[in-house]
Amino acid sequence: MTDTAALDKPESQLAAVWRQFRQHKGAVFGLCVLGLLVAFVLLGPYLWQAEELKVSEALKVKNKPPSLRFPLGTDQLGRDMLDRMMSAGQVSLAVGFVAMLIAIFFGTFIGVMAGYFKRLDGPLMRLTDMFLALPLIPLLLVMVMLFRDRLAKVVGPEMGAFLLIVFAIGATSWMHAARIVRGEVLALKEREYVLAARSIGAPPRRIILRHILPNVVSPVMVAATLGIAEAIITESVLSFLGLGFPPDFPTWGRLLHDGLSYMQLYPERVIWPGLAISLTVLSVNYIGDGLRDALDPKARGR
Amino acid sequence: MLTYTLRRLLLAIPTLLLISLVIFLLVDLAPGSPASEIPLTVPPEVREKILEALGVNEPLHVRYLLWLKQFFWIEPLNGIDALFGTGFAEGMQRIISYQTRSPVFPLIAERLPQTLTVIGTAYLVGVMIALPIGIYSAYRQYSLFDQFGTMFAMIGFSVPTFFTGTVFIIVFGVWLGWFPTKYDTTLEVTDWASFLRQLRQMAMPVMVLGLANAAAISRYMRSSMLENMKQDYVRTARAKGMSERTVVLKHVLRNSLIPVVTIIALGIPSIFGGAIITENLFGVNGIGAALIGAIRGNDLPMVQTLAFIFAILIVSFNLIADVLYGLLDPRIRYD
Repeated sequence: MTDTAALDKPESQLAAVWRQFRQHKGAVFGLCVLGLLVAFVLLGPYLWQAEELKVSEALKVKNKPPSLRFPLGTDQLGRDMLDRMMSAGQVSLAVGFVAMLIAIFFGTFIGVMAGYFKRLDGPLMRLTDMFLALPLIPLLLVMVMLFRDRLAKVVGPEMGAFLLIVFAIGATSWMHAARIVRGEVLALKEREYVLAARSIGAPPRRIILRHILPNVVSPVMVAATLGIAEAIITESVLSFLGLGFPPDFPTWGRLLHDGLSYMQLYPERVIWPGLAISLTVLSVNYIGDGLRDALDPKARGR
Repeated sequence: MLTYTLRRLLLAIPTLLLISLVIFLLVDLAPGSPASEIPLTVPPEVREKILEALGVNEPLHVRYLLWLKQFFWIEPLNGIDALFGTGFAEGMQRIISYQTRSPVFPLIAERLPQTLTVIGTAYLVGVMIALPIGIYSAYRQYSLFDQFGTMFAMIGFSVPTFFTGTVFIIVFGVWLGWFPTKYDTTLEVTDWASFLRQLRQMAMPVMVLGLANAAAISRYMRSSMLENMKQDYVRTARAKGMSERTVVLKHVLRNSLIPVVTIIALGIPSIFGGAIITENLFGVNGIGAALIGAIRGNDLPMVQTLAFIFAILIVSFNLIADVLYGLLDPRIRYD
């Protein structure tokens, strides 16, 4: 290393990750598309407000093609499709995000426990294997069917469906994160700095929180990104089969399900929500790909 | 190899028992009880009798054990009886569907062939598409073809099957009119014309499922090929003056297929899950459609049985993949 290079201000880690991330064309493209979609969903409602129509008025404008008044047309009950797309998107993205948070929380917790405490390793990994062998889609369908009404009575139909689906998806998709984290922790545990921390008498809780967790952040971030995509797909599958969200509180999957009966006459009603789901998942997957490359220090130099 | 296989087999039993318990409890403890299905006009004492006949008043562990016995002992015996005309299972209580009041297993057996034809063909088509793409992408890494392959794979596992399915229906079924939009289960293949009709109605569900699977498998094939292309034995083979064709298609391909074969085996259960969607979309009258029907109709025994069959499929294909991997790659075995 030359002297001039040593004098330069070292690049911060975040900047290095960002620089590497930008090299990945797909990831940048994904970030832009996802940004646009999020803006559409979150800022769109401020820019575009659907008219408040009475039932009699709404029935007169049902099944309208796209026009200036209804940019995406209206559905079979005269509701503005653009408005519905935006509110559905909010729910879809929220489901993906919250379900991912739950899954990552469970996954990291179980992974750290299994990796750090030898006695817990066997039982916890057997549990993970068992969850991996569960038939997820059938079980999720059964869970939604059986508990939806019960929960709807307690917290209302909208919150009930949201909580149930988010929790069900989160509780059944933590396994990959747990496996990744366990592997990382197993390796990190043997490193010198962990030994040093232990030798000065740091309790396991502190070693885990201060020394191990910060070092598993990058694989967890990648798993989290891909987890969002998976959660969105799972939710839309449930809604598509008619066992997800109620029609007055739609997600993109639910809109697609509603559009199916009119598919032959009004294909755009299926295309828009489907396209939104696909684009979201595609861009999230690309971002995950880019993150994986960017967060891997071995790949970064190249 | 035998001890390895046996150990995997023995490990599968507690897993399956645990899963069966989870499925049983989840469905059984849920609020939608069969009592709510009985019309309110039925007098209370008759209602009691109906519930008793359904066996829902027994304590939980009795019902679980009875269900296990029915699943693993009585139903196989019934299968033997049906095959050989014997009478082992006479008078034994079978798993009864709430919807049709008839045993569950014959209903499933009726549905299974449809699922297997569609899914089996779809998976085969998927593998057939995926392997050449993976091989050629790896051989010409970073070429235009490789980049298209990467994009195809990314789109393949990002776009959900229900959306590709609907787009296919709109484009090929409605606009172009090439294929029927609904699958006709009653169609029997007797001659050339009906065979063609069968092919045409299978085309869309098979393509939808096949493409989704091809995406993932082609990725695995590519990375496995890339790993092997860098090995020393490839350089040796080239140095000996072998043709490029022999090097790639014989030496590299055979070694790279080892992990891919296990991936293919591991993917089979998930394709059954994917079948739930395609079957509902295209109206294939298979077990995925049966599951949805049972869930809508609150048919607990049917749901339990189907969910458990899915679980058995997953566990046994995991087992097959493990054993295959050990068989193909001796380094994996621990014994």
